[in-house]
Amino acid sequence: MSRTPPRSLLRALARPRFLLSPWPLRALLYAAATPVAALLWGPPLLLLALPWLLLIAAVADSPQGSLPPPGPTVLLIAVGTALLAGIGPFAALPGAALERLRVRLIDDRPLPAPHRAPRRPGLGAWIAARYTEGATWRGMAVLALSALLFLPLTAGVGMLLVIGAALVAAPVIVAVDGGTVNLGVWEFDGLAHAWIPALAGVAVLAAGAYACGATAAAQGELVRFMQRDRPEETLRAELTEVTRSRARLVDAFEAERRRIERDLHDGAQQRLVALSVKLGLARLDLPEGSAARQSLAEAQEQAKSALVELRELVRGIHPQVLTDRGLPGALPELADRCAVPAEADVALDRRLPAHIEATAYFAVAEALANTAKHSGAGGAWVHARLEGPTLVVEVADDGRGGARAGGGGGLTGLADRAAVADGRILLSSPPGGPTLLRVELPCPQR
Amino acid sequence: MSAEVTRTVLAEDGVLLREGLSGLLERFGFAVAEAVGDARALEEAVRRHDPALVVTDIRMPPGYSDEGLRAAVRLRGERPGLAVVALSQYVEQSYASELLDSGGGAGVGYLLKERVADVEEFASQLRQVAAGGTVVDPEVVRRLLRRRRDPLERLSEREREVLAEIAEGRSNAAIARRLHVSEAAVGKHIGTILAKLDLPPDDDVNRRVMAVLAYLRDA
Repeated sequence: MSRTPPRSLLRALARPRFLLSPWPLRALLYAAATPVAALLWGPPLLLLALPWLLLIAAVADSPQGSLPPPGPTVLLIAVGTALLAGIGPFAALPGAALERLRVRLIDDRPLPAPHRAPRRPGLGAWIAARYTEGATWRGMAVLALSALLFLPLTAGVGMLLVIGAALVAAPVIVAVDGGTVNLGVWEFDGLAHAWIPALAGVAVLAAGAYACGATAAAQGELVRFMQRDRPEETLRAELTEVTRSRARLVDAFEAERRRIERDLHDGAQQRLVALSVKLGLARLDLPEGSAARQSLAEAQEQAKSALVELRELVRGIHPQVLTDRGLPGALPELADRCAVPAEADVALDRRLPAHIEATAYFAVAEALANTAKHSGAGGAWVHARLEGPTLVVEVADDGRGGARAGGGGGLTGLADRAAVADGRILLSSPPGGPTLLRVELPCPQR
Repeated sequence: MSAEVTRTVLAEDGVLLREGLSGLLERFGFAVAEAVGDARALEEAVRRHDPALVVTDIRMPPGYSDEGLRAAVRLRGERPGLAVVALSQYVEQSYASELLDSGGGAGVGYLLKERVADVEEFASQLRQVAAGGTVVDPEVVRRLLRRRRDPLERLSEREREVLAEIAEGRSNAAIARRLHVSEAAVGKHIGTILAKLDLPPDDDVNRRVMAVLAYLRDA
């Protein structure tokens, strides 16, 4: 079969012409580089593992192979674990990079660094990014497996190759030194018989080439598997970050709304009331029925309507009663203000996080507004309670139903808000009614 | 204006409004012993001056929630007979209930801040409270009446209107004027209301207060 040339050692091993291809040589180079690379990246990791090594040495030294006293044992294990877990991943970074580089000897496919860029500049962000990503830890695992498994295997393969080479060289040795070739029980006498071990040597070399190829290929594939880029992991990390930043944004909005409410209350509202008082007092000083007195009365009326408008505006931004009294104070007030006779029953024994309260409040406000506008209901009910760690708010009416959540209306916005708080909004509104809106917001006790 | 001046302590954190209110009070014959800007200062001022009337904002520093209300309720606990008018930016049922529960509901007022603009009306409400009356903001009363709860169900439309007027602290004569009926008719309505609310004949002023309280507590 004429196929495209193999791009990796593993594929090449399966081809019948493996021994005649450049791949055995590449595998040999790779295997020869294995101990050299280990010499480079091994010492720092060995240093970190020193407490563990000391413990192992102590066990080996003791006559019955028993553990040293529990105190030192625990200490050595703890210190070793702390060193390896704390610094190990960073000490393994250059080693893993070297192993990735080395794989090119036996693999033509690209293997880019699997690490993602830190989110912010600075050493701290870099450390956090490296420590929390799987690629760093898998890199450390690659080095551990290389040292414990592939280094011994490579040594074995090396021995096999040396034996094979020596056998092949048997006729030469006999020719130069004369005498016999002694292989344990077999003795091959003279140059005439030296071709037998030489032939065996070729077979051993061939087997050694395959063994070398297999070992190198296994190590290469391991490095590749452990160090390949995993976009899904990056995506997951980014999704987590986006979710967090979305929650931060909502919190920031909430804080900003409260600040605006406070500013309006302390500023514009106070000034308008003070202005009204001034106008009222000034009016008293003018003669009854005079045109000026009439104008002042009108000015005062205008100031009063401005105040009412401002109060409604503030309520829409962030009702003060919600800040002061939480849902037990705010939901009955919403029910009171609803055009449809509504009752609120709030059974909460603690204040909830501000953004949860606000989400629940505005959900109820929207639901009651919809009830008043569309349902034709004769009554509405609001129930709020904690079911375990979840705040459950239900708004029901006896109207004609048919409410829909889609279409980008107020309910969609509320569902989005609830989603930010890991909550959800459920709507049941069959044609003919009744309508039930259920808001579930998890609020674990802090 | 009455000959005796009502010694008053005023608490309001907005400087402009505090000055405006001071001017208003002085103008209508109240003696402002001290005008302060937060709840702690209010309590100290009351201890210092022993006023007959306290006019306080509900929301004040440092927490900007209901410090003024807390201080007022505490002061009324310490000093029976101290009249308090609390001003609020918005209607809050629980504020009204807590205030009215203190000291049996006599000498208490709970008003929206914007009512201050009707200076004469406001001054007369202050006098009523100082005289031991109860004044509840019409908005609060309106909300309560909208609830149509028992025993309110038993009242007729006209009787509810009369009750609303009582809650705002008006006299029978004033109610008669506002509703365009005779004073005798008002008296008859009040009698029916008190009977429907199971309030036994007793001191008349007290029964009127009790009628308002009955609803606030029920709310």
